Amino acid sequence: MLHIKDLSVSINGKTILKGFNLDVKPGEVHAIMGPNGTGKSTLAAVIAGREMFDVDHGEISYRGQDLLEMAPEIRAREGIFLGFQYPVEIPGVSMANFMRTALNEKRKYLGLEPLSGAEFLKLMEEKKNLVEIHSKLTNRSVNEGFSGGEKKKNEIFQMAMLEPKLAILDETDSGLDIDALKVVANGVNKLRSSENATIVITHYQRLLDYIVPDFVHVLFDGRIVKSGGKELALELESKGYEWIKKEANGVAAN
Amino acid sequence: MTTSINTLPLKERLLSLFFEHLPSIKGQATAGVNRLREEGLAEFERQGFPHSKLENWRFSDIAPLLETDFAFNFSNQSRAFDIDKIFTCDVYDLDTFSVTLLNGWFVYKHAPLTRLENGTVIGSLAKAMELYPELIDKYLGKAAKPKNSALTALNTAFIQDGLFIYVPEGVVVEKPIQLINIVDSPTPVFLQPRHLTIAERGAKLTLVHCDHSLTHNISMTNTVVEIFAEPGAEVDHYKIQNKGKNSALFTSSYLHLEKESKIHSNIITLNGGFTRNNVDVRLNDELGHADLKGLYLVDHNQHVDNQVFIDHAAPNCFSNQLYKGILDDQARGVFSGRILVERDAQQTLAYQNNKNLLLTDEAKVNTQPHLEIYADDVKCSHGATVGQLDPDAMFYLRSRGIGEHAARQLLMLAFADEVVQKISIEALSQRIGNMVEKRLRGELSICDQCVLHCSDKGPATFNIDMSKI
Ligand SMILES: Nc1ncnc2c1ncn2[C@@H]1O[C@H](COP(=O)(O)OP(=O)(O)O)[C@@H](O)[C@H]1O
Ligand SMILES: [Mg+2]
Repeated sequence: MLHIKDLSVSINGKTILKGFNLDVKPGEVHAIMGPNGTGKSTLAAVIAGREMFDVDHGEISYRGQDLLEMAPEIRAREGIFLGFQYPVEIPGVSMANFMRTALNEKRKYLGLEPLSGAEFLKLMEEKKNLVEIHSKLTNRSVNEGFSGGEKKKNEIFQMAMLEPKLAILDETDSGLDIDALKVVANGVNKLRSSENATIVITHYQRLLDYIVPDFVHVLFDGRIVKSGGKELALELESKGYEWIKKEANGVAAN
Repeated sequence: MTTSINTLPLKERLLSLFFEHLPSIKGQATAGVNRLREEGLAEFERQGFPHSKLENWRFSDIAPLLETDFAFNFSNQSRAFDIDKIFTCDVYDLDTFSVTLLNGWFVYKHAPLTRLENGTVIGSLAKAMELYPELIDKYLGKAAKPKNSALTALNTAFIQDGLFIYVPEGVVVEKPIQLINIVDSPTPVFLQPRHLTIAERGAKLTLVHCDHSLTHNISMTNTVVEIFAEPGAEVDHYKIQNKGKNSALFTSSYLHLEKESKIHSNIITLNGGFTRNNVDVRLNDELGHADLKGLYLVDHNQHVDNQVFIDHAAPNCFSNQLYKGILDDQARGVFSGRILVERDAQQTLAYQNNKNLLLTDEAKVNTQPHLEIYADDVKCSHGATVGQLDPDAMFYLRSRGIGEHAARQLLMLAFADEVVQKISIEALSQRIGNMVEKRLRGELSICDQCVLHCSDKGPATFNIDMSKI
């Protein structure tokens, strides 16, 4: 589904990803872990199409297409979803208007009729329940005045509305208490299928108790330095990142 | 219509026209009004037209406009005009009491003055000077400041017609009163309507004032508005300006607030060649509340200049200014907000905010706050921003599948929304919201104004070109 090959990315001349490789197949859940500042969010942003990063080298193919050639909105309509580490507040744009525009733009792209107002509201209600959002969302501005937890739930809500094929969740767990974490994980699990894939970015093992990954990768200094199964996450939790750093530096020194 | 063939500068022409047409200019005006007139003329003669060396005209040069060979109109040729011939009035969800001025003169659709059952009077100022001389002498010219404004002085010299509204004590006028100001002339015209609104103690009304042109001919409209809110009165004043690219529209609004009164002013400039709005507020007694909003959406070479002055002359008053603008192409915006807190005006709350979105490198805005505070126990704040659309918000929207074009429109509408959403009458808020939305989509024509739709004149559109953002 997603093939990233030898990807190098920089911003303002500073290289962040250095020869990054990753393969994701339908049905898989990949966890990407690693200390702060190693390039996890950069990777997510580049997959979603953020233009401020320069791709200096490498390629990304998504369902057989050259992803780097596609505008962010086309990627989204083709099924890519990014759950933001820091969701943006957009005063004056209501959640309802936002989601309806997004859904209908996607449907138009796919050659489908737009949803009627009633169909749309029904869908909103259904998906709100999925992530246990009880407040009236429709008239609130996108993320404006939302608590940290609400913002993260709102990301999963949007994901549920848009039904992506590949979801990248960037630290969706940070700042959540255990109940909120369960709600978020539960939402993600309900949306899992043999056709969809998920990349979960986190630096705590905690989330992975609830969203069980098939693969765990450790990103350090712009590259994957270690990959393994879900037990790698536990190992990281007990040994900490220093262990990885030492190992990575050792590799580099050889 | 008087068209002069001589080539005197406009100022001299106006001075000589004044004496030439004095009998018709005076009409049925009271002696008091005629005294004001003479003072106005003397002030205008002394000051001349504003020029860009004056501090508050630095960014707005009207010299080229003054070269125009304007025609003037000192008698009402609009009174018997069948306004329905050029308009079809489409009033669906917005039920208003609607009156029309054509080329500065009242159109007598029903009667020059209507007196409602509750005692409210709505109609022609010319007629009101005849029928209600005491009210006219008590209020007309009492808020306006010809000494500070040559244009107000000029308007005062030539006071003839405009909209007169009187709402008696305790009366709540349920329907909004809508004034449609139309300019329709084959040649360049110079108009000076004068509007007077009096809200007696505890009275309440909503006035929707629409400025509209039917042709793209050059016109200069020099309007003066005076609104008096007696103790406890509440006035909502909306101005919607949708003018042709060759129009120059000057509006000086003087708002006078007595104890515990409230005025809410909202000026929405959708189109206009040159637009200048002066809002001058006097909070004359305690607990007055002045809420002043503005929204300007301009493109091409349009120029819009908003000048606000608030005089906190009494303690415990509140004022708020929120002006927002979106400027495209080479459009130019000017904002100046002055707050004066006088020595006795303790416990004043005065806020000011001017926010601008520039869509191109060539669009430009000059924004200036001025605070003059002589009391010590006050809360004042001011802020101004000039920026582009937020790239993080743009990416967020696009990452959900919303195309660039639609994302920009959502953000622009969101920006404008802060001004539009606070409109108290639901139907009006929706209509104005729709107009703003159409304007930002590039679908609003100058013939699409207010509740009116042009019947046969070809609409001209002014687009904000999204591809250039
Ligand atoms: N907009 C930016 N401008 C400059 N540097 C950036 C920007 N975004 C990220 N970086 C840098 O890139 C590196 C990786 O950041 P990021 O991808 O956010 O890391 P992570 O998500 O793993 O914590 C950091 O050193 C960060 O400072
Ligand atoms: Mg990050």
